[in-house]
Amino acid sequence: MTVPEVAVLGLEEAARLDWREDTSERALRRDRRLWTAWTTWMVLIFCAPAALLVAIEPLTFPAAAICLVHAWAIPSIQARRGARQLVPIGSARSAARRAGGSAAAERVALGLLGDLLGDRERELVAETGLALQRGELGNWLIGEQGALLMRPGRGRVDCWCVRVGDTEGLPAGDRVAHLLLALREDELGFAKVANLGFSGAGWRVRRHLEPGARAALAAARAD
Amino acid sequence: MGRLIRLDRSGHTTLAEWTAGDDRGSQSAVAAFTGELERGMVASVSRADGTAEIVRELPLDAEMVILRRPIAGG
Repeated sequence: MTVPEVAVLGLEEAARLDWREDTSERALRRDRRLWTAWTTWMVLIFCAPAALLVAIEPLTFPAAAICLVHAWAIPSIQARRGARQLVPIGSARSAARRAGGSAAAERVALGLLGDLLGDRERELVAETGLALQRGELGNWLIGEQGALLMRPGRGRVDCWCVRVGDTEGLPAGDRVAHLLLALREDELGFAKVANLGFSGAGWRVRRHLEPGARAALAAARAD
Repeated sequence: MGRLIRLDRSGHTTLAEWTAGDDRGSQSAVAAFTGELERGMVASVSRADGTAEIVRELPLDAEMVILRRPIAGG
């Protein structure tokens, strides 16, 4: 059997989720609008009472200030949650830092990951611990426990929580390689398996990322 | 030459290697490939355009076939 003769198969992991809607551009646009509506609603329900309180009685400004802090904090916490999906190789939460990990295995895994990538992407992994993959939906930035999706030149970032099902003993580089391969095999299936943890303005995610991840985000958005 | 590798705790392990016309090597590779699929591994072959293809039978003309574990949402 030769490679081109093999029928194109989608992700089995996605096929098993028959209760979940298939991912499509249209479904993604709807989800993004829902995230925007949720954020707007959160800001409104705290800012409106704050304005009303101050209008009725200016001396209630401390209570109004508490409302405004909530209007800022709740969307910020959600954006932080999205940003935390991105765990770069070698970062504080990386599997490479776990006790009992093998440095030799980490080197082997990184070597294979490098072989799967082009020159620029390999450099990006070395500098930031994150792998960049161009897809039909946009540019993906892949870490050990999730990925960010963005369209070049646009401000919005989608944060996806997705990982290897059984991570037992896997080196950090292999965790990223697993996600990279699955994404390359079936992009829409990958997005179906992954959970969209946050979608919103890139600057809201960026401020919760480590410096290396910020550089990778900039590279992915400019690409 | 073809290579069947599995991503695992050692980084990766080469399970089989074969060359064109090497029936014994090919049979051994097919057996290893089938066994890994039965254990729930997913096999894929990288394409030149940067995508990858899931395979359920070992493509003997592929340079490298990678076996990975299934992924899941967080």
